[in-house]
Parts: sequence; structure tokens; C-alpha cells
Amino acid sequence: MSEKVIEGSRAIAEAVALCDVKVIAAYPITPQTHIVEALARMHANGEIDCEFVNTEAEFSSISLILGATAAGARSFTATSSQGLALMHEVLFAAAGLRIPLVMVVANRALSAPINIWNDHQDSVSQRDNGWIQIYCESVQEAVDSVIQAYKIAEECLLPTMVCIDGFYLTHVYEPVSIPSKEKVERFLPKFNPKYKLDPEKPLTFGALAFPKDYARIRKQLHEAALRSKEVVGRVNREFHSIFGRKYGNGMVETYGSGETAIIAAGSVCGTIKHFIEHENKKLSLVRIRLFRPFPRREIREALEDKESVIVIDRSVSLGNAGTLFTEVRDVLYEMDKRPKVTNFILGLGGVDVTRKTLRYVIEKHGKVSSGHVEIVEGD
Amino acid sequence: MVGRDYFSPGHRTCAGCGAAIAFRHVLEALGRDVILCQSTGCMEVTTTPYPETSFKVPWIHVLFENAASVASGVKRALLKQGNTHTQVVAIGGDGGMADIGFGAVSGALERNEDIIIIVYDTEAYSNTGLQRSGETPLFAATTTTPAGKKIPGKQEWKKNIAMIAAMHGAKYVATANIAYWQDLQSKVKKAKRLAGGTRFIHVFSPCPVGWHVESCNTVKVARLAVETGLWILYEIENGRLKINYKPTKFAPVEEYFKLQGRFKHVVNNKEAIKLVENHIKETWEEMLRVEREKVNLLKLI
Repeated sequence: MSEKVIEGSRAIAEAVALCDVKVIAAYPITPQTHIVEALARMHANGEIDCEFVNTEAEFSSISLILGATAAGARSFTATSSQGLALMHEVLFAAAGLRIPLVMVVANRALSAPINIWNDHQDSVSQRDNGWIQIYCESVQEAVDSVIQAYKIAEECLLPTMVCIDGFYLTHVYEPVSIPSKEKVERFLPKFNPKYKLDPEKPLTFGALAFPKDYARIRKQLHEAALRSKEVVGRVNREFHSIFGRKYGNGMVETYGSGETAIIAAGSVCGTIKHFIEHENKKLSLVRIRLFRPFPRREIREALEDKESVIVIDRSVSLGNAGTLFTEVRDVLYEMDKRPKVTNFILGLGGVDVTRKTLRYVIEKHGKVSSGHVEIVEGD
Repeated sequence: MVGRDYFSPGHRTCAGCGAAIAFRHVLEALGRDVILCQSTGCMEVTTTPYPETSFKVPWIHVLFENAASVASGVKRALLKQGNTHTQVVAIGGDGGMADIGFGAVSGALERNEDIIIIVYDTEAYSNTGLQRSGETPLFAATTTTPAGKKIPGKQEWKKNIAMIAAMHGAKYVATANIAYWQDLQSKVKKAKRLAGGTRFIHVFSPCPVGWHVESCNTVKVARLAVETGLWILYEIENGRLKINYKPTKFAPVEEYFKLQGRFKHVVNNKEAIKLVENHIKETWEEMLRVEREKVNLLKLI
């Protein structure tokens, strides 16, 4: 295992290639495109033994890998923003059918106005569809999370989305340790689904369910989603034992011990860690790695002794507040001593979140009362 | 006939359903070694009410508009598992395949996916109660193109999805009709033999409830569609057109219209009938010419 400096998208493509993926569906959309381009080059050069299909739309990409996975082949696609929104209908169906897809979402803002830069509106808007959602802080974590995602998805029979910040992680060059094939094979078993489309054992997938059956099946899906949290935690530990890297408890990662906790997800957490280290040790960070299922207990435990909480959102539920904020505040309601909590929505459509931005947030947090919600337009 | 077993009785289609007849024959012709990928529609909701199923072959339904994409994925997955024998089929109604799922169908055709695409054409959104689709013929009354005092039903011609498929350069394209079931079965079997690219079959399947046809007249109406020249049975193989059935004399369009409530408002409208008959004549003559002169349709693309 050696470290090399490569582009985030290339590193993710190499991780996909390590996972014995048999079918890849590709459709271009910025800032995801470099991932499928890298895979296309590997395929064209014979470095990866798979079917590589250029589809006519993201809707078909996700449908195609759904069919491939239902027929027993591990598959992959990646998308961003409008592409993810176009897939919306299929995302619900994939979870409802319990097809363990893995997809990388290079997070990007949603139209309108059209904007190609990073925020989390695309994937956060897909929170209710039964997919597991993992948010990465670094390219290394993106690489490791792709490998983990197949194990999680296939064990839980739930599709899994690895969310990485567009440009900040897709286009950045970072030193990355690409795992060895041998170790990945040790970590990730061969894909051998119990149920698949097979003429030797004919099964019907996707039947019509009347109300009572529907409610029962949806309840089972919800329970499976809740249970998958434990699998995410265990896979994080197993990964650590083989590769020597872990990401908090797999669900949340804490940094620092200050009394004011910042809650955030994605690459902005790197900036926040730096800020805590160099400017303000009274802060601590609770990084949300797993957004779905929502790690309620782990968040509560991480916030137990905090005086106040700042939730940083990279998306907004228009007409209400930041999505992460409303969910974190819901968790705080269950606590005996509820800390003050404010919400700052930062970095919409690629606005850089700088140390200056964080200084403003900390200062403002001190002045406003609990429940304050603010969209910060930039420095 | 053992093959009929693959589509079990007990499903919940309406009396006289043309699509159910299509399915029985298609499945019989396809045989056991098949995977069906179906779009949402009548033949999905009536056949698989959980926990029951009419299908004795592997079957998957995901959504309305993606059957061709799902089938593409299934086929690719089989290839990577070393299975080159199982026939993968995308099947759906005219709404699911020629309208909302057209992009997926076009994508599969353009990539020349090694699958069979079958459209059972009820000339409307039958499952939701007969609304207009791109395949609804001129003047037909549907719930969204009613025969009004001002506007007499649908105002546009039917979309020719089979020719559109052919213009993608498909290996094999055929039209079929439930009244000519032997022709339908032989086309399905031929499509199966011609593996290696996309094969496309467009099947005329009357919807008696939606078309306001007596349920005992489904096959009669289907046959009249061919006898009037409104539905031409043909195949396009390697770009060459072959008309499979040539009526010696076309039956009058009124005969076809008068059996169907959806054309009640135009059955005595001479101008409307003339317009349709002229269209039939022109299309027929052009089709004969293309066949006679052995026009290579692949050279047009």
C-alpha cells in the first residue's frame, strides 16, 4: 500500500475498480464526470473487466445498474445534482426492491439558478428514500467509503450513496493511499445475492402491494434502514482492522473538546478542524458521516456535555431551515439539559467557507438566541 | 401446449383483454430460458398482486419508463456471469415504451443492446382509464381527447414506433397482432434466434373496455385493423422490409370504426373516413414500393 498524489475522481475510480464491479453505467454531469471518464479509460485499456455502458440519461444509468445488480452483478454509477434529481423515482424503487446499489454523488447545487458548484442540496433532498448516505471529508475517506459501501449495502440489502463534495474532493489532488487488491478481497466478499433474476429459480420482483402489505413492507424497509446503522459501525471497525484507518465510530466523528460544538458534514469539516486547531480551542466538531440512517444516539452522546451547538448546513429546506439543523434539534429535544442551538447555512452553490466565515459564525452565535437560522452569503 | 404455463391463468385482466392474449403467446414463444423486465401498466398490476404472480419465469418490474434500461442492465450482468443463452426481454405498453419510456427504448436501440423489446399497443393509457397516448389513432376518443362538440377526439396521427425503432438500425423489427397469433409467435421465435442486437416487436392489442368494444369482439377488431390496412403486418430484417400479409381488398374503415365506441362520433363522418382511407392508401402504396424496390432502410441512416 503506497501513497500517491492523484485527483479525487481518479482515486474513486481506482476504488471502484478494486471492488470487482461487473457493470458500470455512465452519464456526464459536472462535477462527477471525471469519475466515469477515469473508469472509461481503465475499461478501454483493459485494466478493469466489466461492462461499461454509456446511457442516454442518468435515469437510465441508475435503472441499468438496478437491473444488473438484480441479476447478480455488482455495479456502479456516479452522478451529481440534476442527475440525482432525475434519478429520484428510481432511488425509491431501488430501496423498496432492496437492491444493494452503490453510487457516488459528487455533491452540487440544484437549479435554479443553474450552478455547477458544491453544496449538499442534491443528496440531502434524497434523504427519505431508504438509501444509506455517507458524507466524506477527504479523498482518502471517499476511497475507503466506496469499498465499505459495497459491504454495507450487500449486507443490509439497502442501496448506499457515498457523498463527496464536488470540486473540493472530485478535482483536488491529494496524497491518497490506494488499498491493495489482496486486502480489498479479504475485506469485501464476492457478491453472491440470495435472491436474483435467474431462470433456474424464477422469482417475481416488484409486485403490486395492496395497502396492508404495502404498510408492512415499508415498515420492514424502515426497520432495515435503522438496523443498518450497526452495520456501518461494524464495517468501519473491520475496515480499521485490515487497512488501519477508521472514521470516528463510522457514524459520527468528534474532534476537539471545546464546550461549543459545531456540527457539520463533508469537506468543510477539514476547514473546521483547522480552525479549531489554530484559532479557537473552545470549539469542538461533531462530524456527521452517516446522515441516513440518522445516528440519533451517537449525536446525543457526542453533545451530552456541550453548552451550545452550531449546526452548519450546506443545504436548506426552503421555507423552514437547514435540514441537518432541524434533525439535530430534534435529537436535542430528547436530552435532559438542552443546549442552545443555532443554524448557519454556508457555502450554497460553491461559496467558499473560510476561516473568516467561521469567525463570523462563532461571533454571531454568541449574540443570537437559540433557534437562530441564517443563510450566510459569503465573506 | 406446455409453453402457455409460463403465463398462468388467474390473473386479473378484464374480460376479452387483448394484451393478455399477447402475453400468453409471447411467453409461450419465448420459452423457459428468459428474464422479463416489464414497465408499469395493466399487464403489471393485473398479473402480480402481492404475494401472487402469473409469471413462471423470472420477472422484474421497477417503474413505468425504464424497462428497456433495466433489461439492458440484466443482459450485461448475465454476460459478465458467462450466461449467453438467457433471453432478456423488455416489455411494456405503448405509454411505457413509446411515450414516457421512449428515451430508455431509444437508448437501448442506439446501443444495440442484445435484448428483445416488445410493445403491446393498446393505443392509450389503459391502466389509468384510457387516456390519450402517442399511439392513440386519429379521431379516437379517450378520456383526455373526448369526442366533444368542437373537437372530435384525437387530432394527431398515431406514432409509428416500429419504424422509429427501425431507423435506429435495429437488427430486427416486426409488427404483430393478437388476431394473427401464429405470425406473432413466429416473429418472437425469430427475434430470439436473431440474437446479437436489439430486436423490436410492436404488437397490436385491443383494449375492449377502453375502446368500448364488446369483450367477445377483441380478436375481430384486431383482425379488422389488419383487413382495413390500418395495421400492417411486416418485418424489417437487415434494413429490408417484408410485408407478411397483403389483403386482396381492404375492408371499409367504417366496419372497423362501428365496432368501437371510441370512433362512434366519426363512424358517419364521410370526410373523416376519407381522410383515414387516403392515409391507409398512401402508406400502403409506399410500403409496397419499399418492399418491391428492395429499399435498404439502413442506407437512410
